[in-house]
Order: sequence, then structure tokens, then C-alpha cells
Amino acid sequence: MTGQAASNAWSSHEGAAALAAPTSTEKRRAFDGRILLGFFLPIAIALLWEAAVTFGLAEGRLVPPPSRIIATLSALAETGELWTHAWMTLWRVLVGFIIGAFSGIVLGALSGSSKTLRQLLDPTLQALRAIPSIAWVPLFILWLGIFEASKVALIAVGVFFPVYLGIAGAILSVDRKLVEVGHVFRLSRVQLARRILLPAVLPEAVIALRSGLGLGFMFVVAAEFMGASEGLGYLLVDGQQMGKPDQILAAIIAFALLGKLADSLLVAGTKPLVRWQDTVRERL
Amino acid sequence: MLSFEHLSKTYADGTRALSDINLIVQEGEIVALIGGSGCGKTTLLRLIAGLDRESAGQIRLDGEVLSGPHPAIGIVFQEPRLLPWLSVSDNIAFGLDGLSTAERQARVSHALEKIGLVEHADRWPRDLSGGQQQRVSIARAFVTNPKVLLLDEPFSALDAFTRASLHEHLLSLWEETRPTVVLVTHDVQEAVTLADRAVVMQPKPGRIFDELPLTLARPRDRTGLPFETSVRRVLTALDHSLKAPQAQPQRERDRQAAALWW
Ligand SMILES: Nc1ncnc2c1ncn2[C@@H]1O[C@H](COP(=O)(O)OP(=O)(O)OP(=O)(O)O)[C@@H](O)[C@H]1O
Ligand SMILES: [Mg+2]
Repeated sequence: MTGQAASNAWSSHEGAAALAAPTSTEKRRAFDGRILLGFFLPIAIALLWEAAVTFGLAEGRLVPPPSRIIATLSALAETGELWTHAWMTLWRVLVGFIIGAFSGIVLGALSGSSKTLRQLLDPTLQALRAIPSIAWVPLFILWLGIFEASKVALIAVGVFFPVYLGIAGAILSVDRKLVEVGHVFRLSRVQLARRILLPAVLPEAVIALRSGLGLGFMFVVAAEFMGASEGLGYLLVDGQQMGKPDQILAAIIAFALLGKLADSLLVAGTKPLVRWQDTVRERL
Repeated sequence: MLSFEHLSKTYADGTRALSDINLIVQEGEIVALIGGSGCGKTTLLRLIAGLDRESAGQIRLDGEVLSGPHPAIGIVFQEPRLLPWLSVSDNIAFGLDGLSTAERQARVSHALEKIGLVEHADRWPRDLSGGQQQRVSIARAFVTNPKVLLLDEPFSALDAFTRASLHEHLLSLWEETRPTVVLVTHDVQEAVTLADRAVVMQPKPGRIFDELPLTLARPRDRTGLPFETSVRRVLTALDHSLKAPQAQPQRERDRQAAALWW
């Protein structure tokens, strides 16, 4: 029968797909090479600077050579100071992130899914968003004191807006065509939200959470500048006041590593949810 | 039995997409809707599927007036519209929520077999070719055993060879439960291959121009003379439908001119 012939034709299509597959692995290998290329510049600059200081061409007092930064980092790590500070910073970001992200998701979902609620909520939130978040600091200190509460509040505000905007926008931009599939199968509002809207917004929600987390790390520095006795931000201020540029750079590196680590954890944690969509993610 | 009574649809912007459609589709019949672009074919299917509301008239399924999506009516869109986060088999099972797990699995694996995608059951839709995706979307509509199946140019984006193989998949699925099928197509060959009747439509406003019975015995031999004859008949009707609108407004204008004159 022709059905047989047709299925043979299909398998030959798949044969063609299998032949096409190696190009994607090749692409990946070329991509890996380019990642290594990205390491070249910073390493070269570090080595040059190290050599310049070693051979006495530069003093390296204000811009310490890599070896001194590493020494400072390991000294801080040995005394355990580094871990207390890093942990304190991480804890603040985490609490602020949870509060900010949770309220961002809830309000974003409300304003994305109901026109009335959007008209009620959105103008106020957009107006609040126009305020540079750091401007809240004096008020937060008056209201919440100079200790943890005001710091966490500032971080939460920083995290809230990108999450709110991302979630609301994602819900509004869900493909009408997929929603219609839900209508055809007569899903209730709740089922539609759970089976179509939620999975459809997940990829954008993850992106929103990631930018929220990034802002959380930005705001934790500001929060720790406004008076803290612990935290990586405190190390920065202390390094400046004591004239220790190596400590400042060590703290900056710790910030970078911590931020990257938190982001990777978030990505890894949400990966199973958006695996179907990994085409775009792999490039992020 | 699916029947349309004085069915009209005018969109919010004043476009008269359908005007006074009267048609009866018998149970188990395959009807092909053919017509130029913009004559309201998609609009008609969306009304039957309950995705839009008619402006006047009504649609009945076995006497029951339709209002909104009906459980016994399934639709296959022009694009596959698979849910990208569900595997192939979960996509097929999307409309089977009310059933027991065993029943659901049985139906899905049967459908997978029918469309020849058993080995792709656990893949994501994005890993399938366009034709494979469209097969999954046809299976998704069929597994709920609908009484009425609506197909909106489901094969128009595919090459002729893939299309011919999908026609067979479609007919073999149809053989099992013999649902009523309303198929929109631009392809006269496709209409003659699949349908028991061709309904030719005309635009501005969308209405029925002609109906042609296609009574060839199944399975149909696409190379035979009767097939050729049917194709030619439908083509001629389609031709007339495309020419007629120019003639009609002309007459209309003459009448208006005459009215002014007097
Ligand atoms: N949502 C809408 N709002 C306003 N007008 C619409 C809408 N959808 C369709 N139309 C108009 O209604 C008419 C019929 O459209 P429809 O999509 O039903 O045509 P069709 O027969 O399916 O055409 P094609 O063969 O090109 O798919 C067209 O003139 C179109 O512009
Ligand atoms: Mg159409």
C-alpha cells in the first residue's frame, strides 16, 4: 500500500535529519573554542601587570598585582572572615529576593491576568518604579532602623520591579493561538491558568527572576554601604577607609563569584521546568 | 447532523465575513469548503468551534443549538498549535483529562500507531518536522472521538508528497469512528480526494456559491478519469465563483444609477 511507501519516505526524512545532526555538534565545538578565546584578554592583562610589578616597572600600590589579590583573598578565607562576610551578604540577598520575587510574582500575575486589576494596580506601580530605588534609603532607615530590616527592604524593592514587569508582560504576551487550544478543549479558568498560561510564561518568568536576582546583588552593595559591620559591601567600605585596594578588589571578585554562583543555581534549579525551550536559553 | 440556519457573522470593524449561510452536513459526511481568500471559511469553522460568536442565525448539532466550544467538536488548525512544553504523547492526551490513566494511554498509543509516530512519543514538538507536527495535531483532535471534526487547511503548508501521505492517515483515522468532517481547503485535488461534497464559497460578503456532490467510490484512484472529471467540475465552479462577484456589483450599480435617474 502507499501507506508503506509513505512511512519509508518518512524514515528517509529522519535519515536526512541524522545526517544534519553533526553540524550542530560542530557548532558546539566551535563555540567552546570561542569561550576559551574570551579568557585570553583578562589573563593576558593580569600576567602583564604581574610582570610589570615584579620587574619594578610599576609600583602596584593602588592597583595591586593579581598575586597580591589572591594572597589577600586566601588570607581572608583562612581567618574565616571571608565566609562570614559572604554568608551575610548572601543571606540578605536571599531574604530580599524571596520577598521581592514573591510579591512581584503575585502582583504581576494579578495584573497580567485581569484587565480590571491591571488598571487598578499598574499605574501606581509604574509611578513607584519611576523613583530611583536608592532614594528610598532614608525613609527605610527611619521606618525600619539601620539594621537588617531596612537593608532587606531595599533589596526586595530592587528585586520586585523586574519580576513584576516580567511576569505581567509574559502573561499578556502568551500566544492567543495556544489559549484557543485551551478554549477548544473547554478548560476552566483555573485549568487554563495551570495547563497553558503557567507553562507558557515560565521561560520569561525565569528571565525576570534572573534579572531580579542581578538587581538584588546590586542593591545589597548599596544597602551595605549605608552602614554595616558585616558583609562583602562592608569589606569594600573598610578597604577604602583603610587604604587597602587589594581588599577592595578581593571583595569585588567575591561579589562576582557569589553573583555568578547564585545565578547558576537559579538557572540549574529552573532548568527542568523549561527544558522544552532550551534553544534560546543555551545562548543566554 | 450539523446544520447552519441563516448564519451571519459581521466583525466589529464592519467586515461582513459571512452572510446568510444555510447548509446541512449529514452525520459521517466529509464536506470540503472551497473558495477564494477571504470568503469566510476560517470564520465559519471558528463559529462552529465556538471560538467566535455568530452575529445572527444559529448552528445546530443534532438539534442542539451551539453556544461556545462543544465537547463533541474537535478542530485542527492551519498551524499545528502543539503545546511546546508537552511531549508528543502528552500533546495527544491533552483533551483526555477526564479519562482513567489506562484508557488514556490506550487511546494515545493507538493514535500514535495510526499516525506512525510511535518512536517519537517522548520527543518535544520542536524536534518534529512540520508534517509530523501536523499529524500529532490531527491525532490530538481524533483521540477525543469527536462527532464533528473541523480542519482548517491543515495540509496547506506541506509539500504535495507529504500531503498525500497525510490524506491517507486522515482517512484511516476517519474510517474508525466516521465523524462528520468539515474540511477547508484551497486545493481542489485534496477536496476531491477526501470529500463527499464540495461547497464552493464566494467573498464579500462570504456566502455559499454552489454545492457539488463527489460520489466516487473509496478508496479513490487519483489517476482515474472520474477523478479528473470531478476535479474539473469543481474547478469550473470555483472559476465561476471568482468571476461572479464582478458581474453582480455591476448590476447593483446599474440599479442604483437607475434609481438616481428617476
Ligand atoms: N478578527 C477579525 N476582525 C475583522 N475582520 C476579520 C477578522 N477575521 C477575519 N476577518 C475578515 O473576514 C473575512 C473572512 O475571513 P476568513 O479568515 O474567514 O477568510 P478565509 O476564507 O479563511 O480566507 P483564507 O482562505 O485566506 O484563509 C476577511 O475579509 C477578513 O479580512
Ligand atoms: Mg482561512
